[in-house]
Amino acid sequence: MADKSFEVFPKNPKKTYGLMELVKGTGPIVNKEPEDTIFTWPNLFYLEFIVALIIIAGILFLSLYVGAPLEEEASRDTTPNPMKAPWYFLGLQEMLVFFDPWIAGVGLPTLILIGLMLIPFLDINKKGKGYYTFSERKFAISSFSFGMGLWMVMIVIGVWFRGLDWNWYWPWENAHLHKPVASGLRDLPVMFSRILGISDFAGKGLADFLVLIYFGLGLLIPAYIFKDFFKKLGVLRYATTMVMFWIMVGIPVKVGLRLVFSIKYVVMTPWFKI
Amino acid sequence: MTYKQLTDWVTSTQIYKAIFRHGYEDTPRNRALTTFSNVLYHLHPVKTRRESIKIRYTWCMGGTSMLLFLMLAITGVLLMFYYVPDARRAYNDIKDIMNVVSFGSTFRNVHRLAAHLMVFTVWVHMTRVFLTGSYKSPREFNWIIGVVLLMLTLLLSWTGYLLPWDQLALWAITVGTKMAAAAPFLGVEGPFGAQLGIRPDNDLKFMLLGGTEVGQNALLRFYVLHCVVLPLMVVMFLAIHFWRVRKDGFSGPL
Repeated sequence: MADKSFEVFPKNPKKTYGLMELVKGTGPIVNKEPEDTIFTWPNLFYLEFIVALIIIAGILFLSLYVGAPLEEEASRDTTPNPMKAPWYFLGLQEMLVFFDPWIAGVGLPTLILIGLMLIPFLDINKKGKGYYTFSERKFAISSFSFGMGLWMVMIVIGVWFRGLDWNWYWPWENAHLHKPVASGLRDLPVMFSRILGISDFAGKGLADFLVLIYFGLGLLIPAYIFKDFFKKLGVLRYATTMVMFWIMVGIPVKVGLRLVFSIKYVVMTPWFKI
Repeated sequence: MTYKQLTDWVTSTQIYKAIFRHGYEDTPRNRALTTFSNVLYHLHPVKTRRESIKIRYTWCMGGTSMLLFLMLAITGVLLMFYYVPDARRAYNDIKDIMNVVSFGSTFRNVHRLAAHLMVFTVWVHMTRVFLTGSYKSPREFNWIIGVVLLMLTLLLSWTGYLLPWDQLALWAITVGTKMAAAAPFLGVEGPFGAQLGIRPDNDLKFMLLGGTEVGQNALLRFYVLHCVVLPLMVVMFLAIHFWRVRKDGFSGPL
């Protein structure tokens, strides 16, 4: 605690002091004793300067050994196989296998950016500000880590495990040998109508219904189990959080459906398919 | 003349006093004035909390991203002296930079390394800010600015990808802009595109490329975006980002 005999602001005996006014307001370090501060110069500026020097030296040193690649001149006559986007976009390119381009290339990145921007307004938990903690914000940390993990796994797959025709190649496989074309994919609504012997329209309806159930239960069950969480957030915040969350979880779910059941589309409309 | 006498004389001259408005001696007053009476005051307050500047707390990732941006600006300007965004000579200009220009290959390597590293550090910076809950009130809006900066970083890196005009560049951008054609409402192949009268010659991809395929117009557009438009946008958003950090203070344990 602050030592009461220590004066932060020593008085000048030649001057007189008086309290002029009290102003209401908030500030980042007002009312937050004890104040454990140090001079920014030299403590912080020197630290920044040293880190900068290390990074500049490191990059210069690396640049001697890691050259920027330059391939053959651009030419429409030869198409490289596989065609790979820069590494940080490989997560989206990987999604092209499982989703139509408008979802993988436009829909998902838009949702990711909007979702990230919404985080401060959805997470109203006042705890866990300014320090590392898991126990005080389990849901926030685990869902963020889940998304980050997904993104990183996709990048790793894209960089090291995708080869000719965007097929899966283990590092020890011959990367120049083409793989046989994968067998046909099926659409979930068509599967339903065939297996259950119902009309195409009913098959589509059933598939749409299952998607509704997925989001419906995803909204209802957590609200029932974590009543406090639901009450604290309110309907709008809660619904936005959970829809975003289940869309994120839906991505690996769709990937799983594809890998296990060879399902291409789940929702089919005349204008778009998901 | 001793060293002490020399420094005393230098620091008492009118020129020194015109440049540095704080005294030379290492006193608490001068430590405060060094920040307070300089442009440094735009970046940091006079005193900071001990705990909130520890590397184990900040990971130094925001500052590192800024440093990398500066390095990219400097090496980028140097590369611009030797590079012409003309599809007929761009590739050869890169060859010249690598093989003929003094230190050209170093600057190109540094530019490329720093670019990839910056994508990484901005991402890690975001992760750190998330894990410490630093986006919480009153810093909500600065988090949004941060997400915009992340997007701009990715776009900068991506637009730079085309400039060497090699196979890697051409086809990476071809893959990327295919996505633009698939955009809902704005792309010719996207949902509701056809219904809204979107054609291959008026969709989003056409706007990005200045044509239906990656060619001279695309190279020029990406060059201007990469060297002028996006860096200016980054600088503007960085100014707001830093100003907000300065106003709200560092997050950190109290």
